[in-house]
Amino acid sequence: MINEIILMNGYGVYVWASFTFTLISFTTLYFVTKLQFLKEKKKFASKFGSLNVEKAKAGKSQNINREILSNTSSI
Amino acid sequence: MFKYFEPNKIFAITSKAPKYVLFLFIVILSIGLTEALILSPEDYKQSDVVRIMYVHVPAAWISLGIFSVLALLSVGSFVFKNKNFALIAKSLAPSGFVFNIIALVTGSIWGKPTWGTWWAWDARITSMLILALFYGMYLLAWRIYENKEQVIKVTSLIAILGVINVPIIKFSVDWWNTLHQPASINILSTKTAIHPSMLIPLGIMTAAFALFSLLIFLMKYNTELIKVKNKGLDRL
Repeated sequence: MINEIILMNGYGVYVWASFTFTLISFTTLYFVTKLQFLKEKKKFASKFGSLNVEKAKAGKSQNINREILSNTSSI
Repeated sequence: MFKYFEPNKIFAITSKAPKYVLFLFIVILSIGLTEALILSPEDYKQSDVVRIMYVHVPAAWISLGIFSVLALLSVGSFVFKNKNFALIAKSLAPSGFVFNIIALVTGSIWGKPTWGTWWAWDARITSMLILALFYGMYLLAWRIYENKEQVIKVTSLIAILGVINVPIIKFSVDWWNTLHQPASINILSTKTAIHPSMLIPLGIMTAAFALFSLLIFLMKYNTELIKVKNKGLDRL
């Protein structure tokens, strides 16, 4: 049974290569996108932290800024 | 109507959705992989190599679908002068490009045992390669141009010009003599050349791939929104 799945009547190399390439592409795209997201979020948090009290208050008046700063937006 | 889709209003949803989409994607992909690699039957002509269809076909469908949406959004951003359309299009493009590359590579791997060659300059394969070039140009344009107005114009033009290639890809197997087989599934008719035992796994894998592109879109769109907000903080 296991041998049949691995060898696939002699076509195993082609089938497994296709599925492996697809899954590697998915994983790479997911982690690259996640890293970009975390990098931008970190940049936003550090910029927000360097604002003075008045500007930070103005910034926090926007819902979207509060969402970005909250932990719920992490993937 | 577009005011309901403003980034400030939908961020609360788009920022929480990825984790649910990721969970659903993993569940559906696991079912799809079990069906595609173990439960579905081999083909009477192609034997087990037909299983490549379960990654090749959904990848091709979704890359074509995403490029069509890019073109629609580009027309929308021209007509309605809505920059959010351009942001959505920009967030969709990376997954479309990756699906296009997957379709080309898995098609090439499938070609070796069935046609005896890794590559042939036939109409379907060449037009898919041209689509990959359009995706490449689209993504490069976003990196090259600094001016926002200019980049929206250039990328919209690339998407609108590139979409001419989409019907060429679809009908290439009917218009020219190609090594590539004609379409086996027609969504406009109930007639299909594929048995349900193969059609069901194909449908499940397509759903999984669609969920993956939704996941990447949401993550990328959130990143783009934060980039916009970062620029906004600079102006405070």
